[in-house]
Amino acid sequence: MNTLLEVSGVSKAFGGVQANSDISLKVPEGKIIGLIGPNGSGKTTLFSSIVGYHPIDSGSIKFEDKEISKLRVRQIARRGMLRTFQQTRIYGGMTCVQNMLISTSMRSHNLTSLFVSQKSGEHGRAEELLEFVGLYQKRYLLAGDLSFGQQKLLEFAMALMNEPKLLMLDEPTAGINPTLINGLIDRLKHANQAFGITLFVIEHNMRVIMNLAEHIYCLAHGQMLAEGAPEEIQNDQRVIDAYLGAH
Amino acid sequence: MSRLIGYAAILAIGIAAPYLFPNYQSQMAELWLFIVFALTWDLVGGQMGYNSFGNVVFIGVGMYTCAIVQVGLFYSVTDYNAAKGGGQTVFTFDVVQYLEGLAVGLPLAAVAAGIVAAILGSAVLGMRGHYFAICTLGLGVAAGQIANGWDWIGAGSGMVVPHAPSGLGETSRFYYYLAFVLAVLTFIVVSWLYSTRFGLAINAIRDDEDKAEAMGLPTTRIKVTAWVISALFLGVAGGLLGNLKRFIDPIEVAFAGASFGVWMVLMVILGGKGTLWGPVIGAIVFQLLKEFFWTYLLGWQRVALGLMIVLIVVFFPQGILGFLRERFPERFGHKVDPALARGAAGEAAK
Repeated sequence: MNTLLEVSGVSKAFGGVQANSDISLKVPEGKIIGLIGPNGSGKTTLFSSIVGYHPIDSGSIKFEDKEISKLRVRQIARRGMLRTFQQTRIYGGMTCVQNMLISTSMRSHNLTSLFVSQKSGEHGRAEELLEFVGLYQKRYLLAGDLSFGQQKLLEFAMALMNEPKLLMLDEPTAGINPTLINGLIDRLKHANQAFGITLFVIEHNMRVIMNLAEHIYCLAHGQMLAEGAPEEIQNDQRVIDAYLGAH
Repeated sequence: MSRLIGYAAILAIGIAAPYLFPNYQSQMAELWLFIVFALTWDLVGGQMGYNSFGNVVFIGVGMYTCAIVQVGLFYSVTDYNAAKGGGQTVFTFDVVQYLEGLAVGLPLAAVAAGIVAAILGSAVLGMRGHYFAICTLGLGVAAGQIANGWDWIGAGSGMVVPHAPSGLGETSRFYYYLAFVLAVLTFIVVSWLYSTRFGLAINAIRDDEDKAEAMGLPTTRIKVTAWVISALFLGVAGGLLGNLKRFIDPIEVAFAGASFGVWMVLMVILGGKGTLWGPVIGAIVFQLLKEFFWTYLLGWQRVALGLMIVLIVVFFPQGILGFLRERFPERFGHKVDPALARGAAGEAAK
């Protein structure tokens, strides 16, 4: 089994705040890996470091055995690693279909390839994926007019449209109606199995992450606290203490 | 079909207008140029969300380039500009020379403006929001001051554009048709752009540039390309405007941030930012109001214009088309499709 993403010894400080210190983890190809931790433990900072939003202070990040810690966001995205945002980000002034059409992978394309009709090629796949996340009826509505939960589903569909190798999801179920969460878990698993997309998921909802992930990392105070299978993490006294605020 | 008839009607009106209203030819020629200004401003300001107050730079660059080429092909530009106002030498252009000057000058105006846009764009398009707006405002002012101090192009006393030879017929009609053709061409190119993935990409940059970059779009190159495309058309429009005005003042005509620079933004806001027809409608309404104020409220025309600006921003923040789109979204195709799914099941539900 190949390691798709390998983070080793990554540290990042914002001024005096040590957001991540000496974090190491591995995301094997084809798996669903979870990342949990109390608020402020540095999960989103780690995500941002991995996709190149800010330079890291030390350590190395390898994607498919190639160092990417010096690359820019766009270059990393074009290699097939994509992240979604905790505060959902979609293109509010465009219809759902248009959101999908511009989300296709730029991996084998350059600027001139943008000067082709919108309708060419990918329209069918855009509609299929919108149907997959249950937004087919609303495909001609402006994305900004959708509810928050629907925007999250749209963002997920846009990420699938890009056909990434690794999809990093920052709290995919936050703000989603509890009855829809089961549906979302099924869709995430389906994306993993049917489309072969490796998932790396930050999640606060323990029921979701325990159902979803095969291996879980737990951060606390910017440090790697524990890792293991869901059952091990659930019973790890250090993790329980971190969440309940023990010293 | 009805759309084709609509386009044909607009073209017919455009072609017939100089014969129907022969007294208003230069105002109508100016209107077509305003439509070019508004369409190209909206490409960057509306569709891409980068509010530029510096697009006058491209008008000015185009205007000077075209005039310099028109002169420079046959005479020394230094002598020409030094001799203004009753010099010893007489500079005349016959019909062939005049047309040749335009045929070379207008394309070069486009190229020059495009190059300036590529250079400036790479430098300032990294800025966002208010920072970009203020920076471009400064670019317009700076360009005006540079032209104001540059002797070769006439400095502060401006540059006289070669006068049309009498053999050409009615000059204002000639320029009316050139402006008309340019406006139609601009509209065709811009509406084609909006139908491509490039159109989606600039919309994506408007809505969330960080997201667009995270999805792998080469945002900086897209932004510079969009600005260069709008500069190409503005350069030609500037060349025509200079010939229409016949005299280039560096600050009042060429780099006129306070008039053309602000007006083009107003036209787009009035018509509706980020729509294809909004800039066209906005430019027409604006030009009508402007001519009305300048004719009937002379002395108070700028006060009336200012008041109008306030009223537009307060009551039509979305513009005419933006207002309609908000009111009747289904007329713009933003509606719920009752079909639950794609394919057979969805077809059955319809």
